[in-house]
Amino acid sequence: MSDSALLTGTHHRRDPGPWRPAGRPRPGSPRGRRTSGRARLLAGASGLVVLVLAAVLVPRLGGLDEGAVDYTAIRLPPSAAHPFGTDSVGRDVLLRSFAGLWVSLQVAAACAVLSTVIGTLFGALSGLLGGWYDRLLMRVVDAVNAVPHLLLGIVIVALYRGSVLAVIASIGLTHWTTVARVVRAEILSLRGRPFVDAAISGGASRMRVLRRHLLPAVVPQAVLSAVLILPHAVWHETALSFLGLGLPPHLASLGTILGEGRQAVLLGSWWIVVFPSLLLAATTLCVAGVGAWWRDRTLPRRRSEQAL
Amino acid sequence: MTAPALPDRRRGRALARLVGLRVLVGVPTVLLVAVAVFLLAAASPFRPVYQYFGVGIFSASDEDIAAAERALGLDGGVFDQLGRWLAGLLTGDLGQSLSMRQPVTQVIVERLPWTLLLAGLALLVSLVLALTAGTVAAWRQGGWFDRVVTTVGHTLEGLPPFVLALGAIAVFAVAWPVLPVAGLTDAGAAPTFAQVGRHVALPAVVLGVSQTPWLVLHVRASLISALDDDHVAGARARGLPETVVVLRHALPTALLPFVTVLGNRLPELVTGAVLVETVFSWPGIAAAVVSAALAVDFPLLAALTLLSAIAVLAGSLVADMTVLLLDPRVDADV
Repeated sequence: MSDSALLTGTHHRRDPGPWRPAGRPRPGSPRGRRTSGRARLLAGASGLVVLVLAAVLVPRLGGLDEGAVDYTAIRLPPSAAHPFGTDSVGRDVLLRSFAGLWVSLQVAAACAVLSTVIGTLFGALSGLLGGWYDRLLMRVVDAVNAVPHLLLGIVIVALYRGSVLAVIASIGLTHWTTVARVVRAEILSLRGRPFVDAAISGGASRMRVLRRHLLPAVVPQAVLSAVLILPHAVWHETALSFLGLGLPPHLASLGTILGEGRQAVLLGSWWIVVFPSLLLAATTLCVAGVGAWWRDRTLPRRRSEQAL
Repeated sequence: MTAPALPDRRRGRALARLVGLRVLVGVPTVLLVAVAVFLLAAASPFRPVYQYFGVGIFSASDEDIAAAERALGLDGGVFDQLGRWLAGLLTGDLGQSLSMRQPVTQVIVERLPWTLLLAGLALLVSLVLALTAGTVAAWRQGGWFDRVVTTVGHTLEGLPPFVLALGAIAVFAVAWPVLPVAGLTDAGAAPTFAQVGRHVALPAVVLGVSQTPWLVLHVRASLISALDDDHVAGARARGLPETVVVLRHALPTALLPFVTVLGNRLPELVTGAVLVETVFSWPGIAAAVVSAALAVDFPLLAALTLLSAIAVLAGSLVADMTVLLLDPRVDADV
């Protein structure tokens, strides 16, 4: 505090307000978890719809092939003609990013479906058979989880290089373990319920119990897992493509674009990397929002925990 | 954190039991990983002999090919190969790396220290960031800092580390060139302390920041719930200052699960190291995974997969042992 302030008497300490214990929000200030499920869904779903529509429409309405090379327009900064600028061989980054997003989303959806199917079957089998089979199958889950998923994915892609199927398999074969764990736990808890006993004493076969009573009860969990796997799958595919181990070059995904942008960044062309990165972040956040809403909706137990 | 109760005999026995169980379960798990990797390679359409011969495969006789397969250890069925490989493992011979043209063991010995240096520094950065930001955010829950931390955390969670790396390069190497972006040293310079220190700064910070979101959100959530605990209310009722209540009473109990979370994040640290080392051309073991994959160097890939599996299992064991030693409430019967 300066001496003049002391002399003129204009100094006074800021009123600290009433004592407030740590961790308690100021009265009237928004709490940390104030966004309701509905708001999250609305933001996530509308964002996702916009992104998917843009991914489908922008490359078509752009009127140009996203792969069109133009050596007279190399690494141009964003302008009216090229809102996202151009890359090092003169391709339009806007068209290329949205086309790449579409490729990424398609691959991610295929991966999510594949890993959910594998995980559900594996988990249901493990939960139903029980005993030593269960223990053995869960060891397999542990073994898959013991290797970092990207590393295992890299091994798979390296040995079966150059096809879209290899990428889908590499992600699908590494991400099913969470689904398997969740489904197994669910089946185990359902197996002892009265309605299953009733079905068995009514003479239903094992297959019928599984198909008619157990699997339908597992569906919400499986759908939730599929949605929650989506951002992971996008992440994983982008990382593989970035390393040059992912999709073949004619199917450029966001990761391929970012991988090619590595050199361009050193030359100062930030736009080649910034715009695809923003698209990637927006997509992941939107999917995560929808996933959170579905979790709150289908798992009342979790919801009550969150309210605590 | 308060000093742990001295490990009495019972605790020591529990520790031994934990280690024994984990090793008992871990060995078959690692074996399963090895079998899976060899089966994947056997089912692959890629033939290492063709790679060895190149175009010469068209003029090579069947005897030449068979001799080359024997020399490369590719004769016999997949389980013969696996058996030989495992036998070699016991004697410390992991085969010959095809892409680096040196024994796999030597590749690992040369490159592992650099990865450990990078990952260790990254872990340190990440811990400091997560503990300070998480504590402050929980302390002033709902305040502007808390909202910034949670938003940034959730956004970073979805972004691959290489995006962060490219951003860091754009800012600290291009727009404001203060730090080098590639390699271990300047070209041709000796790896002195100053050289390596300057070169490790950017990758370590990027890797650390990329691992922070999960940790910071966890510290925040667990401290918020600890602040509602009875013993914290008791400390407040005794009239202790707020700083003492938070830092000495709430934080230690909130941080116990943090050790487990840290152990479980190890696979992600490895994953992040693969990406960050590749972007910054760091001569570590994680970047070798990528170059081995690009060259389809199976001996190196198999060894590194196994190494990472062992590291992950060991990490989770160390985390559980730490919890057992620190928390007297954890039931010794794990």
